[in-house]
Amino acid sequence: MSGHSNYQPTTRFGKWLHERLPIMELIQAQGMDFPTPRNLNYWWTFGGILATMLVVQILTGVVLAMHYTPHVDLAFNSVEHIMRDVNYGWLIRYMHANGASMFFIAVYIHIFRGMYYGSYKAPREVLWMIGVVIYLIMMATAFMGYVLPWGQMSFWGAKVITNLFSAIPFVGDAITTWLWGGFSIDNPTLNRFFSLHYLLPFVLAAAVGLHIWALHVPGNNNPTGISVKSSQDTLPFHPYYTMKDLFAIVAFLVFYMAWVFYSPNYLGHAINYDPANPLVTPAHIVPEWYYLPFYAILRAIPDKLGGVIAMFASILILFFLPWLDRSPLRSFKYRPLSRVFFWIFVVVCVILGFAGSGLPDNYFLSHHAAPADGGFHFTYKIVGQLATFWYFFHFLVIIPLVSKIERTEKAPASITEAVLAKAHDHAA
Amino acid sequence: MSTIEHTDVTRRDFIYIATGVVGAAGTALALWPFINQMNPDASVLALASVELDLAPIAEGQGITIKWRGNPVFVRHRTQAEIDAAKAVKTEELVDPLARNANVKESDPATDENRVVGGKEQYLIMMGVCTHLGCVPIGNDGDYAALVDNVKQGGWFCPCHGSHYDTAGRIRKGPAPQNLPVPVYSYLTDTKIKIG
Ligand code: HEM
Ligand code: FES
Repeated sequence: MSGHSNYQPTTRFGKWLHERLPIMELIQAQGMDFPTPRNLNYWWTFGGILATMLVVQILTGVVLAMHYTPHVDLAFNSVEHIMRDVNYGWLIRYMHANGASMFFIAVYIHIFRGMYYGSYKAPREVLWMIGVVIYLIMMATAFMGYVLPWGQMSFWGAKVITNLFSAIPFVGDAITTWLWGGFSIDNPTLNRFFSLHYLLPFVLAAAVGLHIWALHVPGNNNPTGISVKSSQDTLPFHPYYTMKDLFAIVAFLVFYMAWVFYSPNYLGHAINYDPANPLVTPAHIVPEWYYLPFYAILRAIPDKLGGVIAMFASILILFFLPWLDRSPLRSFKYRPLSRVFFWIFVVVCVILGFAGSGLPDNYFLSHHAAPADGGFHFTYKIVGQLATFWYFFHFLVIIPLVSKIERTEKAPASITEAVLAKAHDHAA
Repeated sequence: MSTIEHTDVTRRDFIYIATGVVGAAGTALALWPFINQMNPDASVLALASVELDLAPIAEGQGITIKWRGNPVFVRHRTQAEIDAAKAVKTEELVDPLARNANVKESDPATDENRVVGGKEQYLIMMGVCTHLGCVPIGNDGDYAALVDNVKQGGWFCPCHGSHYDTAGRIRKGPAPQNLPVPVYSYLTDTKIKIG
């Protein structure tokens, strides 16, 4: 890993430290000199954006935890106390709540980027799979965080999601009771969710460490998908990409802060400002926007256990993507058919998100219920079912098949050639 | 390889494996308290029963009480509801089992088996949808009794659209089971103890 460095300690202290802990060498080799393809575009800045958002969530979270009380009788009020009494409490909480959404926007872009440029393909399979693990931990963390303010949506979202485990044959009920520490979501549940919500981001940070380690073994993929062939193809990470990342991070923070200051509650649900009531379910419960596609998949299958299996399968299938795609080329830039299906897939994921947002028996994108006459109606449920079908069809049939049969376009011989050709086009 | 060396290796192997097994068993044992601490604690289990007087509940009225953190529906059914529930043949049911903790597990979901002590006017069951745990809405759904075009009894779960009939049995939607009847008994003619 340290093969890229020409680090020479210059001071006496530097020498002394280097012999005992060569950390400055590590920083220089991996964080500064690291050879990075010279053609990375802005889609490659989302890794840095994600790292920034993790830091933001941890900092704001630690501050919130100083004022928050994890008890069913006090949690809701303590969040209101943060909003009204704590100096800048409103800002910190809105940063944290919207920060979670921004985190997911960035991770979705990051994942789709990987899919488009074939970054999951050899030799980056482990890197990709650690990424999927990170995504799973993120979902668990945000889920438990959303329970903490103990509003109606907190409570009922937690109830419905933890009840998913009750679908497991034989041991399902024992598992939910164990998760809850009781016979329903209650104080023990809130307490443990708080403990785990505090812990998981640090587990996440460790997983990010592994992710970067796994990245720095093969090095970055790039828009052409062609491997680095010579030092001509690369630039040192610093200052070229530190500056590019920084610019993108600042732009992203502007976008983020626009939400925080001008629409802090848009991405949330008004009903979560109603304290949790275990005896009354709100008329319409929906998860946060970032879970909606999976919620649609859950509801698409009319069987309880089947729905739960489909939902988990829709994420676990990502682990197998490196082996489902059998193309010799990575980047979809030179894979015209894969490109078309990629964009169809993106649209299907967005449709799944909408399908998860409405009442199953309402007409799609409307508030009107379809008549229960047994006829065909274009409802949220039907749309969800069609899109769910396509989601799995994409991974299980389209990717293996298309990657096998498609006629790829001619890829340039090297990254440098691709860059020079582009420069030439611009000059002409 | 000489015989002596050979036995020596086998003995080392044995000690090596035995140590590993003891270590693994010890770790598993040490893990158990950390897993089991998440199960309901003594204070949660201590709240395990409530008493209720049914007399004030008028015919056609239902109330919801809290037991072990969950809603329990207590409904004084009208004759129309009881008749509607009795008219259903068990073959028509999605879940043919009574799901009543007070009768045998294998008993069929007849209306009689959904109540206790022959007091068929009082339907007492968990208000927790067997799909994913939402609280169903009363006097609603496709299987309520219709009296003068007003729905009596029957439940509808708004979360994913499950319909329960006037005996709390699942009839339509994703929920797999009838609403469970908790353990309860009559202390007097109108007083019950749940749990
Ligand atoms: C991966 C990083 C994290 C994510 C995605 C995340 C997500 C969330 C979400 C979605 C909420 C609910 C916000 C609301 O609607 O009010 C929340 C609340 C909370 N989080 Fe986090 N969180 C993260 C890290 C942390 C950390 C590291 C801590 C503590 C050290 C923390 C402490 C809290 C507290 C105390 C609350 C309750 C206050 C509130 O609801 O605003 N979070 N979190
Ligand atoms: S929780 Fe009642 S239908 Fe899903």
